[in-house]
Amino acid sequence: MVSLTINGEQHDLDVPDEMPLLWAIRDVVGLTGTKFGCGVAQCGCCTVHVGDGAVRSCITPVSSVAGKSITTIEALGTSEQPHPLQQAWVDEEVPQCGYCQSGQLMAISGLLKKNPHPTDADLAKSITNICRCGTYGRIRKAVARATGGGQQS
Amino acid sequence: MTTLNRADFVRLGSMFSGSLVLGVGASGCANQSRTAPPSSAAPGTRAAFRPNAWLIVHPNEKVTVFVAKSEMGQGVATGMPTIVADELDIPFENVLVEFAPAAAAYNDPDFHIQITGGSTSMLSSWMPLRTAGASARAMLVAAAAKQWGVDASTLTTNAGSVIDNKNNRTATYGSLTGAAASMPVPAKPKLKSREQFTLIGKVDKRIDTPLKVNGTAKYGIDVRVPGMKFASILYPPVFGAKVRSFDASKAKQVKGVIAVVQVPSGVAVVATNSWAAFQGKAALTATYDDGAFANASSESLKAQFLKLASSGTGAIAAVERGSKSVQGTRFEAVYFGQPVAHATMEPMNATASVTSDGVEIWAPTQVQTSAQAYAAKIAGVPLSRVKIHTTYLGGGFGRRLYVDFTNDAVAVSKAIKAPVQVIWTREDDIQHDWYKPMAANAVSAVLDGHGNLVAMRHTVVMDSILKGLGFPLPASGMDPVSMDSVMNSPYEIPNYQAYYINPNSGIPPGSLRAPGANWNGFVMETFLDELAHAATKDPLAFRLALLKKNPRATNVLQRVAKNASWGSPAPGTKHGLAFGFWANTPVATVAEVSMNGTTPRVHRAFVVADVGIAVNPTIVRQQLEGATNYGLSMALASKITIENGAVQQHNFYDFLVLRIDQAPEIHVDVLENAPSPTGIGELGVIPIAPAVANAVFAINGKRARTQPFSDAYPA
Ligand code: FES
Ligand code: FES
Repeated sequence: MVSLTINGEQHDLDVPDEMPLLWAIRDVVGLTGTKFGCGVAQCGCCTVHVGDGAVRSCITPVSSVAGKSITTIEALGTSEQPHPLQQAWVDEEVPQCGYCQSGQLMAISGLLKKNPHPTDADLAKSITNICRCGTYGRIRKAVARATGGGQQS
Repeated sequence: MTTLNRADFVRLGSMFSGSLVLGVGASGCANQSRTAPPSSAAPGTRAAFRPNAWLIVHPNEKVTVFVAKSEMGQGVATGMPTIVADELDIPFENVLVEFAPAAAAYNDPDFHIQITGGSTSMLSSWMPLRTAGASARAMLVAAAAKQWGVDASTLTTNAGSVIDNKNNRTATYGSLTGAAASMPVPAKPKLKSREQFTLIGKVDKRIDTPLKVNGTAKYGIDVRVPGMKFASILYPPVFGAKVRSFDASKAKQVKGVIAVVQVPSGVAVVATNSWAAFQGKAALTATYDDGAFANASSESLKAQFLKLASSGTGAIAAVERGSKSVQGTRFEAVYFGQPVAHATMEPMNATASVTSDGVEIWAPTQVQTSAQAYAAKIAGVPLSRVKIHTTYLGGGFGRRLYVDFTNDAVAVSKAIKAPVQVIWTREDDIQHDWYKPMAANAVSAVLDGHGNLVAMRHTVVMDSILKGLGFPLPASGMDPVSMDSVMNSPYEIPNYQAYYINPNSGIPPGSLRAPGANWNGFVMETFLDELAHAATKDPLAFRLALLKKNPRATNVLQRVAKNASWGSPAPGTKHGLAFGFWANTPVATVAEVSMNGTTPRVHRAFVVADVGIAVNPTIVRQQLEGATNYGLSMALASKITIENGAVQQHNFYDFLVLRIDQAPEIHVDVLENAPSPTGIGELGVIPIAPAVANAVFAINGKRARTQPFSDAYPA
């Protein structure tokens, strides 16, 4: 039995210790906003926050995050109060298929906690999430809009 | 079923407040029969008004529009309703969107099945959707005219109401639904002129964006139905191989594994969650009957392809124009391209429930009609008993034109007698795709004494993409898709011969974003650059001289040259130019490039396309940006190689794709010089790779005769 606190709610799950957090979230708890893209920490679709940090949940065993505070895309903002990145994503029309965007938003919102005004060069260095629809240019613009940043590097 | 309410949109700052009903879960209105759902209203009641298969006008003024195309990011869920709503003359915020079920009424007018491909959605739906909206509008006007006892020609409409200016009265569409249903369907409803459009070209937000920033958009992988299981399938690694035997004893010991069953494509491990299914699959052992392809390798295939290209054995003539022996200075080149996987962000998956009542499928599919037909066959039920619910697609790029993953879900559900989601790992996805085909092209050309291109001969060796899609080939064996950009090249070359050779390599041939053209266009555009340099002519002027009869192409080339300041690249960079043509849309790209060691670094890409009419300008731009990055992925790094008949790549650590650090700034400009919308989803892929290669030549004089460029410019 593993006890997880996801979006402020406690879930006691009868799953193996080594089950990746991604599958506990999606298939056991039933929150499907966090996506599966590779399973090997390559694409970032599965990014969630553990405490203040962005982690790739597909390689994070549930036992390693028991008792810690986990946040998924469902709780990044609310419809009354979207996260500034969510608002900027709408304003800049970032998503195409949209599948990678939960992970993009969680990864970059995680980055903002350490670096509130990332430059394009900071994004290039820190964000390795894959978007097969190629929304990278709009992601840069939306981050700049949300953080008041620009193209300086 | 998810409904996004008005408040969500307003709070998210959207410029409009449409709402969206997903096609996940049975729709209350959507009839699953093979014919158009009937008009539901009886005269005199305030029932909803359903004039045709495309829309329902509700008494509360909302209008449901059925989207018969799959939303994979290209924006059909916004664009198609925009067209209907404009002719119907309603505010866009009154639109509700629902994905259509599989039904003959929703078949593509050109393909005659329900399919999303070829960048044809807007082109082929343009008149049917406008007519559907205009016809409903005419019936609502007729209903008001009858009610008021006036002639319909004295009435107008505006923003969802019929207006009688003379007598100063209005009636909302919602108040007319009952009466409208008994009005005759007009044979030829009057359509708006281009100047009268209120939404087309003006709505520039996407209806699905709010759902895609908060995790609520439902993709195939997010489908949850009561009692469902999860399954992962062990496929034989060698193409064409079959499972001979398997040992499931270890797999069954994995916690959460429920059953292990053989299905036609492999061995399915069924579990209570996806991860247990993956673990169970990893614990399976199997033996295979490999077949002949087990001896194939990239090297042996490459040798076979190059030999065919040079010998011309089995060549089928596609174009034979003018003379085959023209005097002048002769140039020759041979190109070779590796296969590439689609790698949609959402791995393949489908959920199926087979019961004695029939089959229900929830899937991110681009091809509802085929998924339905195969499901009926596998489950042994009539077609009318197969319901297809199309979810959002986490990328398509042509991959979801194939029914392998929906077939598997049906087969496993049938075997275990429970609803099941078959989910692929990324490794399954990379190793069991229908690939952008391997290709070898032999080209030759003749320049006359003035440096004019007077003759060209182009032989393409490429597996048949049409055959992979299950479409019949003509008796000659010609595949116009594999020959795209060669047999339909817009260049006005007086003496021109094009030949097709089908190598039947054994690698599953796939339709990948701008199929055929995404490779052939690279060959054509880099070779033209080479000829322009040999003729000491400007590559822009060289192309314009070959497109004299094509004003739309000429315009995009001239515009892109202007936008990019062609000839004056930013310090430390060089320019490369390329042109492409797809789904009646001309496109041109200038890439601004420097070298980082042996790797090209693309700083900026300037793209211009003439899309006829941009139904939604934002979506057009997104597609051109995205296709440029998709093409750049293939140009820089993506490739599939084969050893012992199996794919050697596994996941994103060895199948390399573009990330934000390599993504250029993309400047898009859109021209609108045709009477209807033309294709936008694929063509941006075509010019980016040759534009980059041509810029590299300008930098270091090296010519790329292959992709990815990691092979073209070895360290
Ligand atoms: S699914 Fe976790 S990084 Fe790709
Ligand atoms: S929006 Fe489709 S993968 Fe990023």
